[in-house]
Amino acid sequence: MFVSRDVLRDTHREAAINRQRVVFAGFIVLSALAMLAYRYYDLQIRNYDQFLTQSDRNRVRLEAIPPTRGLIVDRAGRLLAVNEPTHALAVVIERVGDEALLFQELQSLIDISSDDLERFAERRHRRRPYDPVPLKLQLSDEEMAIIGVNRHRLPGVTIEAQLTRAYPHGSLLSHVVGYVGRINEREASTIDAENYRGTLHIGKVGLERWYESALHGLVGSQNIEANAHGRILRVLEQELPGDGATLSLHLDLDLQRAAAEALGDQRGAIVALDPRDGGILALYSNPGFDPNLFVNGISQRDYAALRDSADTPLLNRAVQGQYPPGSTIKPMLGLAGLELDLVEPDTAIPDPGWYTLPGDSRRYRDWILRIRGRGHADEVDLKMAIAESCDVYYYDLARRMGIDAIATALAPFGLGEKTRVDITSEQSGILPTSAWKRERMGQPWYPGETLSVGIGQGYMLATPVQLAQAVMVIANRGASFQPSLVRRVGDKPQVPVARPAVEADEAHWAAVIAGMMDVVHTQRGTAAAISKDLAYTIAGKTGTSQVIGIAQDGVYNEDEISERHRNHGWFVAFAPVDEPRIVVVVLAENGGGSSAAYPVARRVLDQWMDRWLDDWVMGQDDV
Amino acid sequence: MSDYDRNLPSHDRDLGRGTPLAQLLHVDVWLLVPVFFLIAGGLLVLYSASDGSVGTLWRQCRNFAIAGVAMLLAAQISVDQYRRWAPLVYVFGLILLIAVPLVGVGAKGAQRWLSLGVVRFQPSELMKLAMPLMIAWWYTRYGIPPRLLPLLGSLCLVVLPAACIVIQPDLGTSLLVAASGLFVVFIAGVSVWYLLSAIALALLSAWPAWTYLLKDYQRQRILTLFDPEADRLGAGWNIIQSKTAIGSGGWSGKGWLQGTQSHLDFLPESQTDFIIAVLAEEFGLRGVLLLLGCYLLIIARGFWIGLTAQSSFSRLVASSITLTFFVYVFVNIGMVAGVLPVVGVPLPLVSFGGTSIVTLMLGFGVLMAISTEKKRISQ
Repeated sequence: MFVSRDVLRDTHREAAINRQRVVFAGFIVLSALAMLAYRYYDLQIRNYDQFLTQSDRNRVRLEAIPPTRGLIVDRAGRLLAVNEPTHALAVVIERVGDEALLFQELQSLIDISSDDLERFAERRHRRRPYDPVPLKLQLSDEEMAIIGVNRHRLPGVTIEAQLTRAYPHGSLLSHVVGYVGRINEREASTIDAENYRGTLHIGKVGLERWYESALHGLVGSQNIEANAHGRILRVLEQELPGDGATLSLHLDLDLQRAAAEALGDQRGAIVALDPRDGGILALYSNPGFDPNLFVNGISQRDYAALRDSADTPLLNRAVQGQYPPGSTIKPMLGLAGLELDLVEPDTAIPDPGWYTLPGDSRRYRDWILRIRGRGHADEVDLKMAIAESCDVYYYDLARRMGIDAIATALAPFGLGEKTRVDITSEQSGILPTSAWKRERMGQPWYPGETLSVGIGQGYMLATPVQLAQAVMVIANRGASFQPSLVRRVGDKPQVPVARPAVEADEAHWAAVIAGMMDVVHTQRGTAAAISKDLAYTIAGKTGTSQVIGIAQDGVYNEDEISERHRNHGWFVAFAPVDEPRIVVVVLAENGGGSSAAYPVARRVLDQWMDRWLDDWVMGQDDV
Repeated sequence: MSDYDRNLPSHDRDLGRGTPLAQLLHVDVWLLVPVFFLIAGGLLVLYSASDGSVGTLWRQCRNFAIAGVAMLLAAQISVDQYRRWAPLVYVFGLILLIAVPLVGVGAKGAQRWLSLGVVRFQPSELMKLAMPLMIAWWYTRYGIPPRLLPLLGSLCLVVLPAACIVIQPDLGTSLLVAASGLFVVFIAGVSVWYLLSAIALALLSAWPAWTYLLKDYQRQRILTLFDPEADRLGAGWNIIQSKTAIGSGGWSGKGWLQGTQSHLDFLPESQTDFIIAVLAEEFGLRGVLLLLGCYLLIIARGFWIGLTAQSSFSRLVASSITLTFFVYVFVNIGMVAGVLPVVGVPLPLVSFGGTSIVTLMLGFGVLMAISTEKKRISQ
């Protein structure tokens, strides 16, 4: 097909053509290399700054150093919430060879629950392959030793040290301290994302929530050099975090313990505070729960058990529980009567054991009627009305005051509004007025309802901490402070917040307090039972509030109604009377009556008073 | 073979001639010196690119040793022998290429290797040398400048192996192999009109090739070039990171072993295809210009050997090898800087990898054979 042209070749022409083409190619090569040189000049000289910045941004990463959460200590510095170093078993996925084999191996060594495995599966999707993914939290020392010895057989398994919030006193302080938990989505959208970079936990309830920002502290940061996979190679510069502040409480651990022991299995709440500054010495709600369960995510089963329990252990009865205050409001109402000149301290009212409204045949019964079949006495004055908790006296007084005047008189004591105690979920109770009822129920106020409110029943509701505040007003004869748990945040003392004083005649205070003293210190006082061997004076007031309405002329029979429908028992008190150091409020939920409450209060008072009594006698004053 | 007789003795002022040992070994010193500098500099960069891995360095040295021996051996063979064996080598290579999809070994989704027991072997590499030899043989046999029929015949010879390689699939090598043949066509003096119509034809055939021939990842690579920012973490990542590495080097660079882009693994393929980005980052534009200078010296020397060669066959082969070498350089340096598609061409004599180095050095061996033959004749 092709003819070989060897013979006919013109080698000079061939060489000339070749050389011409080579020279041409040479020009192309030169211009191409010049173009490349220009391209590199463009990148390296003209756009140098831009690419240098980009390469620095590539390599340097700002990383957060989470602050250590502040501690919570009682008034004596005893630890109530701590950060415990714990060890978690974690797995670095990219270093694991055969995953199934590894888990088999691990399970043969230590106990790994299916819960752990489930959560691990969840977590691993959110982590990068070089990040350790926690498999089992809080390893025991023994488990750590086992893992340590078998490390060589477990590629990719690491033990991560971390600080975990722990509550050494468990349920004793669950309703005070609260707990932290993992930051959830809702919280993530409200917190300062910058400050919480690197923080996993956030206060959920209680002090942990209320003082979250102080406890949390300020995030630190470090510039780290990381490679393309995000692995940290070295730290370039560092700004240390501002660790969270330690919360020092007014609360006394011993008193808290005494309160818990005194209440025992009884559902209820105890609030003890120092009337001189409103500092809460004990705040206990029973039943409680173990706050440690919540820290690293409570299991569905545990949570359901707490949530669905009829005893509502998650309810902080001291601030969230709203109960009819019953007769505990009688001193306050009496003071109002005196101030309004409706009664004088010695005004006596006939007491047949029941009361009727003019033009109404319905009998409003005194509680004593059921016991004695008659009234407290032929005539009852204020002091006796308080000491023996006479209902008839207060029916009459309430009728004469009217519901709105009652509300006006009780409001300065803080009923019907939150005390603003530094703890979450506080409820405001109800201080009813005619306007309130109209708005709430669209109905007018009936005169009979005023009588119920006169003895702390009906629509009226109050929380134990509200009553503690009200009793503080009486103890201080008008002055009071916002109840508070925290005495110091870090080095900064929390200044007690004074509430507007309740102005009243000195003699009127004296009359009311005298009545309250008689509650304990006279034989016919409703709490006379606790006066035995008393080394100091107590001014108190009992209260029994109905959970269900008793029909007209119906008989309240404790044995016949279910436990949940039994009356609540109250006892409010302060001591010593002349120089009050402590206010105590005890609520015995469905305790049947105040007799379930006042022995508890006595034990709490004793615990507190015993330690100061000797000093007192010697005229010293040191609390 | 009668070419030599008719050539006049040249006025050879080649300095390489002065070294008796170099002459004895058929070594072209002017070619060897820049190659040597390139290798030395390349090892320096590779050491950094491999994060100070002495093992990598050793293996690369071993590659160079093997390649050096291959080069020396290739330099000993006379041009006459090359011409004589060209068709046979070409046919052998073609058979191997056809065998690859049948009995070949796969790697990374492509079948490019033939396994010869202990050694794995890429027939496409053999073709890089066989191709220019074959086409040069063809033209010395059927006339320079080529007429239409021999031209079409040579084009078939070019397309056949290129097609075999493109289906492996290895687009980059296929283009390089085709180019090495086409360069011979060009140097042989193919008519400018043929050339222009061929370019027009190529452009016309690009569309069906784009649609049917190229695999998705090859298309992606080309698309990435035009808009690398579009897919920052995917296809565009390599280009963005290599441009960042190059640009952040500035004039004087970040210093040897100080490159952050490469040492922190932002730079992909930093030991192989993208190694010039390491050099640019650590040694700056100075280093890049020095590198380009070395390449320019090698290319210039290659062209000089081509220009001064005594036979058409030698001229065609030497020029084609040189141009192919240039294409390696241009495509690699261009693609890393984001001006050419990323087609997977190593940086000659610098990138880590035995195959490409052996092929390149063999090419230099052929160049030296041509260069020393010229001297032998001139004596």
